[in-house]
Amino acid sequence: MSLHFVEFELNGCQIDGMVEARRTLLDFLRCDVGCTGPHAGCEHGVCGACTVLVEGQAVRSCLMLAVQANGKTVETVEGLSGGPKELHPIQQLFREEFALQCGFCTPGFLMTLVALDRSEPRPNAAEMREALSGHLCRCTGYQGVLRVIDRLTEDRK
Amino acid sequence: MADASLSVVGAPLRHDSAHLHVAGQARYIDDEPETPDLLHLAFGTSTHARARIVAMDLDAVRAAPGVVAVYTAADVPGANDVSPVAGDDRLLADGEVVWLGQPLFLVAATSRRAARQAARLGRIDYDAQEPILTVEQARAAQSLIEPTQRMARGDAVAALAAAPHRLSGQLAMGGQDHFYLEGQIALARPLEDGQVHVLSSTQHPSEVQHLVAHMLGRSSADVTVEVRRMGGAFGGKESQAALYAAAAALVVHHTGRPAKFRADRDDDMVQTGKRHDFVVDYEVGFDAEGRIAGLCLRLASRCGATVDLSPAINDRAMFHADNAYFLGDVEIVSERLKTNMVSATAFRGFGGPQGMLAIERVMDAVAGHLGRDPLAVRVANLYGPGRDVTPYGMVVADNIAPDLIARLRSDARYDERQAAVARFNAESAILKKGLALTPVKFGISFTTTHLNQAGALLHVYADGSIQINHGGTEMGQGLYTKVAQVVAQAFGVGLDQVRITATRTDKVPNTSATAASSGADLNGMAALDAAETIRARLADFCARTFGCEIDAVVFAGGEVQAGGERMPWATLCRRAHMARISLSATGFYATPDLHYDRAAHQGQPFYYFAYGAALAEVVIDTLTGEHRVLAADILHDCGRSLNPAIDKGQIEGGFLQGQGWLTSEELVWDAAGRLLTHAPSTYKIPTANDRPDHLHVTLWDGANHRPTIHRSKAVGEPPFMLANAVFSALGAAIAATCPEAGWPMLDAPATPERILAALARQRDGVRA
Ligand code: FES
Ligand code: FES
Repeated sequence: MSLHFVEFELNGCQIDGMVEARRTLLDFLRCDVGCTGPHAGCEHGVCGACTVLVEGQAVRSCLMLAVQANGKTVETVEGLSGGPKELHPIQQLFREEFALQCGFCTPGFLMTLVALDRSEPRPNAAEMREALSGHLCRCTGYQGVLRVIDRLTEDRK
Repeated sequence: MADASLSVVGAPLRHDSAHLHVAGQARYIDDEPETPDLLHLAFGTSTHARARIVAMDLDAVRAAPGVVAVYTAADVPGANDVSPVAGDDRLLADGEVVWLGQPLFLVAATSRRAARQAARLGRIDYDAQEPILTVEQARAAQSLIEPTQRMARGDAVAALAAAPHRLSGQLAMGGQDHFYLEGQIALARPLEDGQVHVLSSTQHPSEVQHLVAHMLGRSSADVTVEVRRMGGAFGGKESQAALYAAAAALVVHHTGRPAKFRADRDDDMVQTGKRHDFVVDYEVGFDAEGRIAGLCLRLASRCGATVDLSPAINDRAMFHADNAYFLGDVEIVSERLKTNMVSATAFRGFGGPQGMLAIERVMDAVAGHLGRDPLAVRVANLYGPGRDVTPYGMVVADNIAPDLIARLRSDARYDERQAAVARFNAESAILKKGLALTPVKFGISFTTTHLNQAGALLHVYADGSIQINHGGTEMGQGLYTKVAQVVAQAFGVGLDQVRITATRTDKVPNTSATAASSGADLNGMAALDAAETIRARLADFCARTFGCEIDAVVFAGGEVQAGGERMPWATLCRRAHMARISLSATGFYATPDLHYDRAAHQGQPFYYFAYGAALAEVVIDTLTGEHRVLAADILHDCGRSLNPAIDKGQIEGGFLQGQGWLTSEELVWDAAGRLLTHAPSTYKIPTANDRPDHLHVTLWDGANHRPTIHRSKAVGEPPFMLANAVFSALGAAIAATCPEAGWPMLDAPATPERILAALARQRDGVRA
């Protein structure tokens, strides 16, 4: 089985490794790099728990191959802030609004929300809600996430 | 700080790990660093639902790249059993298979992919038999996991015969996959002298410990099971986690290497149990008001191939077939059918939702028959003075249902909105709306009495920091936070002083599953017991040192006052340590006043009831069968809530999960017994878009009449059944197309196909 050299910028740091062509970006990040913020929920591209940003776009890292990230910039939830003590404003909102219970889905929601929040023109609350319907959460009933969206879009007015 | 600490209990404090979750730093088992010698596991599984295994040729599996070892039943050193009660769940099949997807052999390989690919290479010779899959087949063969149970009062048949009105009907309701976002996982590591440490995503660490020890032929003292958190569980990790933990421990035993089993999502959905599906037949007699005079109810569930927890689950269905209603002369018969499918298991509500949905259908059918408002029929049937004993002989001593329903009725403007719905339906040909208000009364306690116990271990360190450990597990429900609140309050310190540590069988032994909504009730009391022990020692020390009465020692605001003395909490801890006072204690709690005679199905299985009610408004498209839930107004009883924000989260999440069960989550098996809906691509749990646009949750203001932990009430399961209002509202919308035909025969889940079929029957005037 031939291995491929892959290198990309992960959360501001240059990383590299040798991977099989079919290794997913999710497996590469979690197992080879030890970056475990993106979670393996379904590995089918349906639940959204594995969402990361590639070149600023939210992608499902279980559906992308590691080699496809070669030369790109990749951001995961770990890169949003300097850690639990200095949270990104959206992370802070998630915490304040009780937008999580078990937390397994949370990194995926956060990455999609961050991408939406950065995009121009910025989407309204209904568009954000629509985009988030591609993320599954089994615990919360989504109420907290919707409050986060409300506050995000309120701040903007 | 001073004021904050006085109100730790009852405050809407954040989940203890929230800051870690949002930073991606809350560690789940799959996030543990992998050592180079780690082995990854996969099962080879059966392709028949019922067969004798003639031969297994595993040479190709062994020869596959990356494979280190392959194990079969013959390699199990002790008991080949991963069952919770009955001893009938095999870790690896032994001579026969009883469901399709059952583990036959176990592959250990250097990577997960290698293990999974090799697991497909087994060549198995089967002597296949005709599987028993349907209710009809199981009934015909009298294939049961235990004898049919009967709970009765009075003479239901005679009461039916004498009643002015009679009605009979049937309701089928599907099962449900848990779809915890974190799938099943276990990571086992070797310790010295044959001991094993297992990280298991389980609601029941003690059971995993006992089963692993038994499987290895060792004692419980040789096995330690640990779980810090689960990525959701909902009952699906009560008995089902043991399979994966035992597999990992078996590999550790043989190889001396650490082993991780993370089930792939499809495999997880095929290999683990789900909520029981039920078929309910009813015959009801009632008066012109709709008040029930006699009821015969037959509940039949497909339990799958083994016993698992099905006896208790089906018992709970019987216990909740009254919901909030006095049933008079009643007979509830419960058939527990054994079928060649993965064994059905615990799922939030544990049979309660199925029993409750049955009686709610009866209420609707009675109302449809009489042409009365369903809520009027419900109210007429509520428990009340002189009508306050359940079919199992327990007095409903805390009946707040009538008041709670009345309050929701007025706050959510039921009557006004019902009139508006009627106007809408009169003018709308294609879209029809429906509105319903249904109550919940849910019994709190394990109905197996001895499970109602819990332990805790509390350390106060000399610097004043506190570590609490208890037998409950954290699956996102906020249990750790609630217990930490209880401990902080007991010492009058802030929550930041309390560190809650991973649940481990070597800290608190012989624990019960975190299930039956009992987590905070049981573990909160055990933690309080431990805290009170240490507080009493400290108060005694203060009284002796400062010459005051013990009662005059006050712990509040991060300080201790003893007579004229006042000092920071940490200073007291340091001084107590110097004075050689023990600052560590265990705590224990056993729920009082429980007894149950299972043979007669009579007694007091519950400590108290938790109540709630929901009003749901839906709209259906009569051309496509699609629907939307427009609004839900919920009033729910948590007693004196330990943490209103966490409790509201449980209510919202439970409601939407219930809505999923009743509307979109459909499990489909083919004629061979193969599950076809084994991934989120085909099995649809609710998304943010399915949630009602208007979802309003209010907590009922009132204390538990029982002395529970700070007079709170359990909240894990009861809100799930609030979603019954959605199902009733869908029935009302269908009924609106042809009210003369009575209540529609709508089965659950109410998929577009089922709604269309019900609409067609309604047009044809088939009565429910
Ligand atoms: S794990 Fe990638 S979408 Fe579910
Ligand atoms: S918080 Fe558990 S899946 Fe979303």
